[in-house]
Amino acid sequence: MNDFIANLDVFWQAIGETLFMVFVSLIASGIIGIVLGVALTVTRPGHLLANRVVFTIVNVIVNIVRPIPFIIFVAAIQPLLLGVVGTTIGPTAAAFALSLGAAFAVARIVEQNLVAVDHGVLEAARAMGAHPLRIIVTVLIPEGLGPLILGFSFIFVGLVDMSAQAGLIGGGGLGDFAITYGSQRYNWPIVYITVAVIIVLVQLGQFAGNALARKALRR
Amino acid sequence: MSALVRLENVSRHYDTASGRVTAVDDVSIEVEEGEILGVIGYSGAGKSTLVRLVNALELPSSGRVFVGDDELTALPERDRRRVRRTIGMIFQQFNLFHSRTVAGNVAYPLKVAGVPAAERDRRVAQLLHFVGLLDKAHAHPEQLSGGQKQRVGIARALATQPRLLLADEATSALDPETTADVLALLKRVNQEFGLTIIVITHEMEAIRAIADRVAVMDSGRVVEHGDVYDVFARPSTRAAERFVRTVLHDRPSAATLARLAEAHDGRLVTVPVQDSPGFTSTVARILGEHRVGSTIVFGGISELQNRSIGALTYELTGADADIDAALAALDAQGIPSITEQVDAAPGGSPNGTAPNGSAPTEEVAR
Repeated sequence: MNDFIANLDVFWQAIGETLFMVFVSLIASGIIGIVLGVALTVTRPGHLLANRVVFTIVNVIVNIVRPIPFIIFVAAIQPLLLGVVGTTIGPTAAAFALSLGAAFAVARIVEQNLVAVDHGVLEAARAMGAHPLRIIVTVLIPEGLGPLILGFSFIFVGLVDMSAQAGLIGGGGLGDFAITYGSQRYNWPIVYITVAVIIVLVQLGQFAGNALARKALRR
Repeated sequence: MSALVRLENVSRHYDTASGRVTAVDDVSIEVEEGEILGVIGYSGAGKSTLVRLVNALELPSSGRVFVGDDELTALPERDRRRVRRTIGMIFQQFNLFHSRTVAGNVAYPLKVAGVPAAERDRRVAQLLHFVGLLDKAHAHPEQLSGGQKQRVGIARALATQPRLLLADEATSALDPETTADVLALLKRVNQEFGLTIIVITHEMEAIRAIADRVAVMDSGRVVEHGDVYDVFARPSTRAAERFVRTVLHDRPSAATLARLAEAHDGRLVTVPVQDSPGFTSTVARILGEHRVGSTIVFGGISELQNRSIGALTYELTGADADIDAALAALDAQGIPSITEQVDAAPGGSPNGTAPNGSAPTEEVAR
């Protein structure tokens, strides 16, 4: 316990790093994932912009990348990290890796929720002469917003988990803290406190997601 | 030519895993400016595909589609969108945007059409007032009843002041009373704004209530079309006949006929009612002149487009030769009749021609 108090400033820094990694990657993977997920939705046969070639290419890429365990994915993209971020360690490199890794999961979640949007409302918008891009932004996404927000809460939880793994490769954050100051020194209170903080973080994220989704679904 | 919509030899097929499906098969029809055309058919007859060809939500595999001066089948998609803005559409499942309020739903097509916000608000209020839902402007669709949802659908479809309204099974999800309200609203739209309407339905009652002309679809083809009264009075195809029978219960069924034959010894003859003054009196007079007794044993007369429609089944008694002569005389007067053929019901006595020339003392129907 004294160890923990002695390292309190490192602990605060670790929380900051985790929040940085999670929020940056939530936004970045969200943007990439929405683009990919929308593409997967609207290019499928019979949809707004049906295009077999685009659908097949995006689908195959997502299927190849998504099942790769994050810890291996991070190792595999080290050259890319060096090229883009300039380093393979630290929160910025980790956030970049997280963004890429999560984007493909987001793509599937976005696809699942948008495919479920009733074709009738899309047809109604088409019948009014709306452009497909306009329908995507003003009908497809708003109609699927409630489940989409729940999907993003799920991704948030996943990112907290993945950011802890990023600690293992020098990403910093709470995972790194728990390993370096906790388990490697057999200091279990530090591990438990860190885990407790992660649980609170996850609860807050899930709670916020549920509240927003409820608002979007009006129930 | 005042046809607003013209389909020329239009076909639409889909290639599915189990082979080619022809949804619309070589259809040519015209819809006149200001009329209500009803398209009736069973599910799978191709009517929903047909209506989607009119606003190019579907494109034909072959044939040409014209709306006004635009040949939709020759236009690029960009121009088709422009044409769609002049065509309203309502749906069986209403297809309202659940992410928007009632007012937001009605405003949407106006936004798409680039109408400025102030003008948009004015128009939305006007439309909601027209369909009687001004107080629901800020409600969300799931707070409305089915009839209210369809009224929002109609307001939304009318927002851009279209010249044509497509109603795809618009009343099929509604109860009979609400159906009547919605049909009355469509009729009002047609009469007040002169809006041309194409109504797709499987309910002959909807056709009877508002359509001027009807096209009957069966297996992708328009098998019969014409004025509603003519098709109801003289359906010439089996498909049309079956739809007409769902609303006009003026002909005895086979079972009824068998029972009637059991109870009546005379010859059973059905005469379709014609919309002329003193029609039944004329029939009675001619029968009487030929010493034929008659009793009305089945039938009904109702009104369609302010004209009488229906059929009467008579039991005719008298000498065979007299009855034959009477029917020939009716025919000569332009009053055709159908001698009912009774299937020999199991256990029932075969009841062919009238047995003996009992004196024509039966009361004559008026």
